[in-house]
Amino acid sequence: MSKLDAKIPEGPLAKKWTKYKASQKLVSPNNRKKLDIIVVGTGIAGAPAAASLAEMGYNVKVFCFQDSARRAHSVAAQGGINAARNNKNDGDSVYRLFYDMIKGGDYRAREANVYRAAEVSSAIIDQLTAQGVPFAREYGGTLANRTFGGVQVSRTNYAQGQTGQQVLLGGYSALKRQVALGKATMYSRRQMLDIVVIDGKARGIITRNLITGEIERHAAHCVVLATGGYGTIYYLSTLAVQSNASAAMQAYRKGAYFGNPSFIQIHPTCIPVLNEYQSKLTLMSESLRNDGRIWVPKVKGDKRNPNDIPDEERDYYLERRYPAFGNLVPRDVASRAAKERCDAGYGVGKTGLAVYLDFRDAVAKQGKKAIKGKYGNLFDMYEKITGDSPYETPMMIYPAGHYTMGGLWVDYNLQTTVPGLFAIGEANFSDHGANRLGASSLMQGAGDGYFIAPYTVSNYLADEITTKVPSTDLPEFEEAHNKVVERINKFLNINGTKTASSFHKRLGHIMWEHAGMKRNEEGLKKALEEIAALKKEFWSDLKIPGKADELNQELEKASRVADFIDLATLIVRDALNRKESCGAHFREESQSEGGEAVRIDKEYSYVAAWEYQGDDKEPKLHKEQLKFENVEVKVRSYK
Amino acid sequence: MKIKLNIWKQANPKAKGRFEKYELDGVDPEMSFLEMLDSLNEKLIKEGKDAVAFDHDCHEAICGCCSLYINGRPHGPGEEVATCQVHMRAFKDGETITVEPWRAKGFPVLKDLIVDRNAFDKIMSAGGFVSIDAGQAPDANSILVSKVDADKAFDAAACIGCGACVAACKNSSAMLFVAAKVSQLALLPQGKVEAKRRALNMVAKMDELGFGSCTNTGACEVECPKGIGIDFIAKLNREYLCASFGEAE
Repeated sequence: MSKLDAKIPEGPLAKKWTKYKASQKLVSPNNRKKLDIIVVGTGIAGAPAAASLAEMGYNVKVFCFQDSARRAHSVAAQGGINAARNNKNDGDSVYRLFYDMIKGGDYRAREANVYRAAEVSSAIIDQLTAQGVPFAREYGGTLANRTFGGVQVSRTNYAQGQTGQQVLLGGYSALKRQVALGKATMYSRRQMLDIVVIDGKARGIITRNLITGEIERHAAHCVVLATGGYGTIYYLSTLAVQSNASAAMQAYRKGAYFGNPSFIQIHPTCIPVLNEYQSKLTLMSESLRNDGRIWVPKVKGDKRNPNDIPDEERDYYLERRYPAFGNLVPRDVASRAAKERCDAGYGVGKTGLAVYLDFRDAVAKQGKKAIKGKYGNLFDMYEKITGDSPYETPMMIYPAGHYTMGGLWVDYNLQTTVPGLFAIGEANFSDHGANRLGASSLMQGAGDGYFIAPYTVSNYLADEITTKVPSTDLPEFEEAHNKVVERINKFLNINGTKTASSFHKRLGHIMWEHAGMKRNEEGLKKALEEIAALKKEFWSDLKIPGKADELNQELEKASRVADFIDLATLIVRDALNRKESCGAHFREESQSEGGEAVRIDKEYSYVAAWEYQGDDKEPKLHKEQLKFENVEVKVRSYK
Repeated sequence: MKIKLNIWKQANPKAKGRFEKYELDGVDPEMSFLEMLDSLNEKLIKEGKDAVAFDHDCHEAICGCCSLYINGRPHGPGEEVATCQVHMRAFKDGETITVEPWRAKGFPVLKDLIVDRNAFDKIMSAGGFVSIDAGQAPDANSILVSKVDADKAFDAAACIGCGACVAACKNSSAMLFVAAKVSQLALLPQGKVEAKRRALNMVAKMDELGFGSCTNTGACEVECPKGIGIDFIAKLNREYLCASFGEAE
């Protein structure tokens, strides 16, 4: 029996969600107050989900590892949030947004989920605006829009270059309101360390109080994971340094399948690596490609000041290779093109691992003031880090690990293969296929949180109204609790010589080298060996100072790195299995003569969902065949 | 570079803290301050010593986690920077750098350089929102907002909730933090409906949680990593006064 039933409602694509809502099971307001929900994570999916479910009347317990819900890394999203509102009268529609996402994702996403994400996108902007999110406005008072990569319409709403912050704070404020009303209870500085499954259903979690070290048990009727992505697998990435995959890995170990783990977006415009101590890479929003032109010198090793290189000696390689989309090709295409130029020896900067993003023409045409209005804070951020002003000299950029399209496999209900365990936002795999388009992560996360999970979670809870919240003294809680304590003691007792961060850094090197922008069979097999060796070393030579029952950041790191190591193996296995190139997953064996990605639809038009079989055992592959009934599957071309 | 560090160490909220001296060699001027602390910890752990605990996360001055008081200034040297944007090039070779946590009654120390900023969440819960449930919103374009108001509201909304304003203030006042949220929402039509309640409740909660009153010295504005100005405090005072004299809601 295959458990992989995506539970997609019957009927035409545009009617599926309406039909679902009309026929789903409901919970009456009186019964909602008897039902408890755990939400883990407070980013752009988690905070809205928690707030919206609490508004409906459920009792919500919310967890985050940061000191405040407002700090989740969605806060750092810069450029914007898409919505199919056709504000610019330029031919946008729900179908067009859906089509762009399916195509952008290189035909590896599930049609029904993507269509629904596009369908609810407009309501998100209404909701956020009503909450007081200060979106950019035109002089007439209406919403302003801009364009993002991979599309030919202007559908992106923004708040300068801090859209994620504003959108997240909208959700956060809604959550704070529910906390004040007593419908939501906030547990900050908690790391989720296990999921408790009772009679096959997710019924609770085990957390560690990061201040006291106390291991805590929490029970509920269902659990919603909104724990984000795992781009920090590369150590250096655009994510916050504490972003981690631990919750997802605990879910995976408890039976939730992991979907397309190797689909990881490498963002093309980041500040390049500057030195070996670096702990993180800083993103420069994709919106910059609206006005910035990307180039490298036509001559290898041209060390002249970029401003002294005349136009005819510059290679605007994106405009040359992709005339239709130019600098606004999707992220995967832009990243690989940058790597190709640098690998061929045309890269700039100290390391040769950088390309120029030049605003000279935009400043000349629109004036400094207009450019400042659009990108002021990004230019300031760049200058603070590098000491160079992008108004005067071109930015230097290079790709970096960013967003994970892969994640926990979910059905149309956003439910994992463990009943009662939901995954929303970046934590699930569902909407972006093999590549995500810009400004659609906030859209998907917020859509899941405000307008999808409240319905689908209710549909699940309708069958639980007579169930009592389980006692945390049950053997299942006891066992999970003991396992967590055992694992922590194991970390502390190794007493070796190397820090958790040093292992993370080495893991990042392995992954970037062999499972980054380009992958091949030989490299991936080598990565498997290297990760296995690193794992052995980790578990025999790790050193953590301090104790378990205190604030111990090294212990937190170690626990996360241990999970990253296991996830790395899973990513590599998935990348090995998929012998085609699609979206961000580029297998060197599968490319055209011109170096473009070649999909193999006959063999790989499926979601790879991996089932855990035990530590160090090969996971079992399940395939969800993708059906495209509403778009024609084509070679993705941006030429 | 070689530097000397004078860092506040405190095992837990109840323990007595003290300054601990460290020396660190081979510091690259291009390192960020946080990366310098990482390498200090790497060294301490290898020597079998306890690491220095400090809060940090996004490293791009937007999450508001980092909260170090460096050489007597919240977030250290530089204008409109958070700790994560401070680089070692801002210090001299051989310099002694003193690092402390935020010092404020409202922000008790949890360990070393980490403080508890839960009070800000509580102030937000007292009124830092618009009371609207998911699904109730009107069309966003039916609420026209002038560009000037939207931009001004954005300037206030840029607050990252780090608490530098409190740390900079000799009265440990949270006025700038409260002013930013009250102003953002009062400037927008969506927030005007409950503007009075919001101003009264947020200020009352701020007072209750042990934050002092405004000194009018402007230290908060100088140290705010997002450049939020004290004109918003004037706006808060106006909102608060009008609410105090207005009819009860």
